[in-house]
Amino acid sequence: MSVVPDEKAAVATTGVRAEALHFALRNGKLLAGLTVLVVLLVLGLFGPMVAAADPNAYVGPQFAPPSGEHWFGTTIFGQDIFTQFIHGLRATFLVGLLGGGIAAVIGMAIGFTAGYRGGIVDEILNMLTNIVLVLPALAVLLVINAYLGIRSIPVQAVFIGLTSWPWVARAIRAQTFSLRSREFVDLARLSGVRPWRIMTREIAPNMSSYLFMAFILLFGGSVLIGASLDFIGLGPTDSISLGLMLNNAARYNALHLGMWWWFIPPGLGITAVVGSLYVMNVGLDEVFNPKLREM
Amino acid sequence: MRRYFGRKLLIYGLTFFAAVTINWLIPRLMPGDPVASMVSRANLAQPEAVAAMQAYYTGLFGLDLPAWQQYLNFWGALLRGDLGISIWLFPTPVADVITRAVPYTLGLLVPAILLSWWAGNRFGAFAARRRLLDNTVLPVGYILTATPYMWLAILLAWGLGIVAGVFPVAGGYSYAMRPNLSWEFVGSLALHWFLPFLSLFLVAFGGWAIGMRNMIIYELEADYSSYLSALGAPQRLIRRYAFRNAVLPQITGLALQLGVLVAGALVTEVVFSYPGLGSLILKAIQNQDFFLLQGVFLFIVIGVLVANFVIDIVYVLVDPRTRAGMGAEA
Repeated sequence: MSVVPDEKAAVATTGVRAEALHFALRNGKLLAGLTVLVVLLVLGLFGPMVAAADPNAYVGPQFAPPSGEHWFGTTIFGQDIFTQFIHGLRATFLVGLLGGGIAAVIGMAIGFTAGYRGGIVDEILNMLTNIVLVLPALAVLLVINAYLGIRSIPVQAVFIGLTSWPWVARAIRAQTFSLRSREFVDLARLSGVRPWRIMTREIAPNMSSYLFMAFILLFGGSVLIGASLDFIGLGPTDSISLGLMLNNAARYNALHLGMWWWFIPPGLGITAVVGSLYVMNVGLDEVFNPKLREM
Repeated sequence: MRRYFGRKLLIYGLTFFAAVTINWLIPRLMPGDPVASMVSRANLAQPEAVAAMQAYYTGLFGLDLPAWQQYLNFWGALLRGDLGISIWLFPTPVADVITRAVPYTLGLLVPAILLSWWAGNRFGAFAARRRLLDNTVLPVGYILTATPYMWLAILLAWGLGIVAGVFPVAGGYSYAMRPNLSWEFVGSLALHWFLPFLSLFLVAFGGWAIGMRNMIIYELEADYSSYLSALGAPQRLIRRYAFRNAVLPQITGLALQLGVLVAGALVTEVVFSYPGLGSLILKAIQNQDFFLLQGVFLFIVIGVLVANFVIDIVYVLVDPRTRAGMGAEA
């Protein structure tokens, strides 16, 4: 993925930032992804304030195709699909942010510690990482959520975060390994700087672009896992999510009834969020890594 | 090399151990009395079934024994192949229910994984650094990988199944047939198999194509590529070397993606009511059939572990450095 900028870059931070900004503003992929994401985010954040408060309320005629009254039509029970959609978007962002955030924090903590300390600590953490890496996350989450009756979006997101960190830990560990023997880290160690400070001030800034991109990928991954859980039938019982909308559409036979307005918006919403994140990620990669810039 | 496999096997062994421990521990973390709540959740009408289940669960959990003994008993039952009795299909053992479903899931998953990996890599390598293809394939690839498996499945079922009416959208074979060994039945199987397969294939294909395309670009930037082209080597030869180098991370990527692919297969099966493990999970959740859910979980873990080990072996065969003991990192 990204290449760690060399140590000279740490000195000329401002120059690097200006350069990154220069390329960021001219990167079509980054801007396109960001635009889609921001539009959806605004819709998810502020939409529910404007629209009806209860996405599951029975407000309109049943089984109605999109119209001026109900932009995305209504469900078989007469719920407004647009209202469900914007509430679902909000849930999607929550799952991504919380799940991706928790996974990023755990991945960084384990990756930095294992890579910097080495030795037996590394052995143990690496073993743990490998075990969680091989365990299929969705299957574990199915068992946990079904047994413990987890039916709220935040709790679901926390558990997603707890299971999806390993690949980040692994990548960060590898990068930390290669950074820790560099001269500037040795210098910091010789001057008696504490390990925590070395990690946060010397090592982490040198892979900040990578950390940010890893978070974006974790965000997208959490959204997809959350949607799968909701679709299988472990969605929230008191609110709505895009995955749960798909679940409802499938359960009440929207396919056979030809109610395309019921199952297209939620899937499109998930695809747009995750897709724009991925495209942004490619754009960022090009911004941070000169080799990849368009020639 | 012995060290390499030893390490891998140790990790897989520990993973299996962790999975079994999760299976044992989670029900005991359930709020309240697990036996009572499971029996009440099972929604049984006949009182004798309730009594039977109550006795069965209490004996199975052995909640009056000390924890370590409960844990050992759990392992003992597992090693005898006893995964409990399904609630959904009451007195059928969970192991039987699962064995009936596994062939369908494997029949879907294995071809989808292998073909998408092969085709995606070929296509990604071909598209890299070719302006026109790069600009069209890349966005399509990103949209495909970002698509939730179940949504593409729903779209295909709707478009090709219901609107166009070309493919059936539910079941593993025609409901009018009973499984038998005739061409007609095989044809029905194939027809019902195609859409779930296509849907899995497409999403995974996008991911491999993009991964390979990026990898090839890195390789074409590498010193050896510049050196070769400075020597005047034909572009085809350089690309071939780049492909061979780029394929290694893709093999590792396959191992990393297994969990996601299995998850994709599960939700795809749910969409098509395909009679594999995904549909079993759906039924298990709908009927609060926890033994079935746990059994399926264990099966999935075992499957993923075996697949990981196969990939490890392939990696050793493909990459000479692992054989020489240089890449012993687990």
